[in-house]
Parts: sequence; structure tokens; C-alpha cells
Amino acid sequence: MEDKKIFIRGNEAVCYGALSAGARCYFGYPITPQSEIPEMMSKAMPEAGGSFVQAESELAAASMLMGAAAAGVRAFTSSSSPGVSLMQECISYMSGSQLPAVIVNMNRGGPGLGDIGSAQGDYYQATRGGGHGDYRTLTLAPSGCQEAHDMMIRAFDLAFKYRNPVLVLGDGVVGTMKEPVRLWTPSQINSHAAASWQVSGAAGREKHVLKSLYLLDGVLAAHNRKLQEKFAAMRAETEAECVETADASLVVVAYGSIGRIAKSAVRLLRSQGLKVGLVRPITLYPFPDKVLQDLAEHGKKFLTIEHNCGQMVDDVRLAIRGYADSDFHGHMPGAVPAMDDFIGPIEEAARRTA
Amino acid sequence: MNATPSLPGLVEGEELIFSPPRSLTPVPTHYCPGCHHGVAHRLVAELLDEMGLQEKTALISSIGCSVFSYNYFEVDALEAPHGRAPAVATGLKRARPDCFVFTYQGDGDLASIGLAEIMHAANRGDKISIVFVNNTVYGMTGGQMAPTTLLGQKTTTTPMGRISEDCGYPMRMAEIISGLDGTVYSARGALNDAKNIRQAKKMIRRAFEAQSTNSGLGFVELLAGCPTNWHMDALSSNKRIGTELIPVFPLGVFKDNGFAESGKGGGK
Ligand SMILES: Cc1ncc(C[n+]2csc(CCOP(=O)(O)OP(=O)(O)O)c2C)c(N)n1
Repeated sequence: MEDKKIFIRGNEAVCYGALSAGARCYFGYPITPQSEIPEMMSKAMPEAGGSFVQAESELAAASMLMGAAAAGVRAFTSSSSPGVSLMQECISYMSGSQLPAVIVNMNRGGPGLGDIGSAQGDYYQATRGGGHGDYRTLTLAPSGCQEAHDMMIRAFDLAFKYRNPVLVLGDGVVGTMKEPVRLWTPSQINSHAAASWQVSGAAGREKHVLKSLYLLDGVLAAHNRKLQEKFAAMRAETEAECVETADASLVVVAYGSIGRIAKSAVRLLRSQGLKVGLVRPITLYPFPDKVLQDLAEHGKKFLTIEHNCGQMVDDVRLAIRGYADSDFHGHMPGAVPAMDDFIGPIEEAARRTA
Repeated sequence: MNATPSLPGLVEGEELIFSPPRSLTPVPTHYCPGCHHGVAHRLVAELLDEMGLQEKTALISSIGCSVFSYNYFEVDALEAPHGRAPAVATGLKRARPDCFVFTYQGDGDLASIGLAEIMHAANRGDKISIVFVNNTVYGMTGGQMAPTTLLGQKTTTTPMGRISEDCGYPMRMAEIISGLDGTVYSARGALNDAKNIRQAKKMIRRAFEAQSTNSGLGFVELLAGCPTNWHMDALSSNKRIGTELIPVFPLGVFKDNGFAESGKGGGK
């Protein structure tokens, strides 16, 4: 793909990014607000020489993903909240079996069927593993279409680097808004030695067995220790965007589309003389706690803004504990916030903490 | 892995005239005395050898007593979640069409929790093969009722025997799967005596040929004994297959689309 900008939705940007990253299998099931992804992949995957399957359920889509991942092939699926809940079974199995795959969640309102609008209620699910057992998924949070594209490329590389599922946690806003996106293709694709573990027929080598069952006493403990070391190593990937934090007295913490809306509010209030800054976590797991802790050590106050009833704020409080606390403003799922919705809460927090 | 598994050495003057299949790992299995999983493994391994498939095979093991089949088959393998083996097989086959992909599943796995996955894999005509072992109980978890449990059969969750008013009827999966257009082969055999075992091997071969000729999904159901959970000895369990199971689960080929035999100019 040449280096050019095109005007596309976040859902389409995800597809372009995945194809540039070398994805050759897509499995999915329709659900708003991400159905453009399976629709686009149904055409683009065969054209790219890959495979598209509209699965019978998200349970099956995630299972197909597991099969393709085990084959050492770059594969992904996408869904929105209720569908991602169904995928948790295989996400746990993939982490336990150390399989690389990318899962996109265009978060919508919940709980239950919720609505089809944007929300951030799946933060806990995305950052705590989501399924059963002690595991984590690397979680990237795009705030717009360009990031959605670029993060897909990064997500595949991280999945293979760590042999673990990687989540791209967008939301209804990121998936459905349109922006100019610069398409690019990485100069090379690193398979991270997938041939040394993949299931592809044992011609001329020892058989490969990919599994997550360890019954003998002590063996699962050793396996878990190894997984935990891997999750700890993922800390090297931590990333956050910091805006005007150096001299701020109040730091707003917000991610994804909400981080972007909060950035506009912070910029406006800055122009009016309020000493406010923003930290936008780009990786949600690993969480950028060091960045926040450093700011807390320097005496900053905090306000966490989310499009849910308060989830990431737990991680913010853990990061700054011993130095500071964080206020919280939650925009209820069920309505999309505008910049104006955040002005009042930021001003109020600034007053309270002054 | 291609060398013949290590056998006691031959002494001078002796000639090797028979050896276990290369596709079986020469280790003892964990299966109970009289269980037929071992027989099914043996047949599958012989066919992988005879059809030259070992080096391109991906086994999708399922959740049940046979979860450890990857310890016994000398092939690449992946452990699927309970019931999902056909969907996992679909993903692997789509990613690597050159692999020979088969699932090995029990009746709780395939006919209960994994019913949607097997139905849709068959309906799509995925080029995969299914070895389905029906022992009429959930063996691994202690002999609870399966969708295939016979009416009146006592299990740990049907202590008075399976009653249709409460628990429905035994499901005949080979017939059900044969009714889907993507299935090109579906049959039911039994592992209780030599004659049936020989017939079962022919059926597994056809289910494998469905894939090796790229024709569609091949399905074989194998009636198998579970003496431990049937609370009987091995011989009585073999007998029960003949007297109680086969009348409800008739043996035979329910569908064969007549695709070519592999290695004999099989279609693409
Ligand atoms: C999601 C889930 N539910 C339940 C179980 C527990 N479980 C393990 S094996 C099994 C039954 C397997 O029975 P079957 O497929 O008939 O195989 P068999 O053991 O008889 O060979 C069950 C219910 C599980 N592992 N995962």
C-alpha cells in the first residue's frame, strides 16, 4: 500500500492496518458498531490471498482465531462488548497456550445488551484478563482513526513478540468516525520465530503440542510463573501521551476517544489560564503508572474522566497511592459526551484541589 | 520423529515383520482397562501411516478423557476448549490448507457443548475430519449424562435412569451430520469386536479421504465402551455395545458422496 492519506472510518482503518501488518485470516460475527470490519474483510481477505469466515458465534470466531494463531499465521477478530464477552473463553486459552492473536473491541454501552453507542465499560474486562485464570492481555487504546490503523500494526508485532493475545480497545466513536488516515506498511514483518512452536505438520522435526492443561503437581505453578514473568516483561511497552503536565497543578487522566475530547477541554482551559494538563494512557495494560506516580510525587492533583461508572480510576489511584488521590467524573454510557461536558467537572476539580 | 519408535532390538537372524504405527507414540496411555479410546487411537494412527499423512497432520484434541491424545499421537497437536474443536480446526485449516486437520472428540464435547461448532463446520463443508467417540457418558468428569445416554440408562446425574420427559432422547449424531449439505461422508461404526473394528477402520479411512481429496467434511462416529462409568467389566461392556447401543445407534454409512479415493487420482 502506498504512502497516502485517505478519508475513512476507524473500523476501516483497523482493516487497513491489519492487512499492512500481514494479517491473513479474519473470523468474526456481526455486531454494531463494528460490522464494517467483517464486511470489509469479507472482500479484502480473499483479495490478499487470505481467508475470511463469518463464524456462527463469537465463541466460534475466537476458536477459529485460536486455530489460525496456533498455525503461526497472523489472524484477528473484532467485535463489540457482548460479543467480546463470548470470546473470553478462547482468549484465556490462547494466553494459557501462549498463542499470538489480535482482538478488536469497539466498546458499546452495557451491561447486558446495553445500547449500540460508544462507551468504556469494558475497561476492567480488557485489562484484568477478562476470562478465567491468572493472565493478562496487552491492551492498546486508540483515540482516533490514525491510531486505530497504526495500533493494528503494533498489535500484531506485540502478539508475536510475547506470544499472547493483544486487545485493541476502541469504542463506538473510534469505530464509526471518519478521519484522514495515512496508510503505511512496515518495511518487514518479524515472525518472532513462530516456526519454532507453530502447529503446521511435524515434517522433519519433533512434534509441537500447544496446550494449557498441566495436571502434574507443580507443573502448572511453573507454567504460571513463566507467564507472570512474561506479563512483567510487557511493562517495556508502556506508553502514554502527556499534554502540558509539567507545570500543571491538576492532571486529567482519560483514554481513547474520551482522552481526545478531554484534551480539547484541557487546551481550552489552558488558554483561559487554568494550570491543567492531561495524561492519556495509550497502553491500558501495562498501565502507565510510572508516569502518573512521577507527577504525583511532584504534588499534582488528579481527575480521572471515563465514559463509564468508574473503572480506570482504580488503576490511577493504585499508581499514585501514597502521594495523592484522584477525583472521578463518569459520563454515563447511553450518551456521547462533547467537550463542553468536561469543562465544568475539570474547573470544579481544579477549585476543589487548589 | 520419523524413525520407527524405539523397539526392543532385533537379534541376528530375526526380521521385523510387524511394528506399531509410527503415528503412535510408544508410551502407555492413561485410559481405563476396557476403554476403547486406545483402539480408536490405534486405527487412526494406522491410517495416518498408511495414507502418508503423519507429517502434515494437525490433531485438534478436545476436552474429555481423550484430551491427552496429543501425548499418544506422534503428530503436531493443539488443545481446544470444550466443544470448540471443529471451529479451532476450521481456523487452522483456513490458515494452513495444506495441513491434514482432524478433531478427536467425545459425545459430551461434540453433541452437547459443541453442537453449534460441529453443525456449522459440517454445514460450511470445511475440509476437516471428525473422529467422534460415543460412549454414552461424560467419562472424564465421572459418568454424568451425555446427549447420547440411552433412555433408562443410569448415570451419576440420572440416578433413576434417563427419562425422556425430563432429559429428552439420545441424539444420533452421524445421522444428524449426514443431513447437512457440507458433509460428504458420515458413518457410524463400533469398537466392540474384531469385525466391527475392521469396518470402523474403513469408515475412518473414508472420513480422512473426504479431506485428502478436498471434498468436504468427513465424520465418523465410533461406539465405544466405558466400563468404569458403566460399572461393568470390559467383556460385559463390549457386549452391551451390541445388545443396547447398536439397536439405538445403528451402524452404517449414512452419507458417502462418492468422492474419489486419495492416491487414486482423487479430485482437487
Ligand atoms: C467449559 C467447560 N465445561 C465443563 C468442563 C468439564 N468437563 C471436562 S471433560 C467433560 C466431559 C467430557 O465428556 P465426553 O466429551 O463425553 O468425553 P469422554 O470423557 O467420555 O471421553 C466435562 C463436562 C470443561 N472442561 N469445560
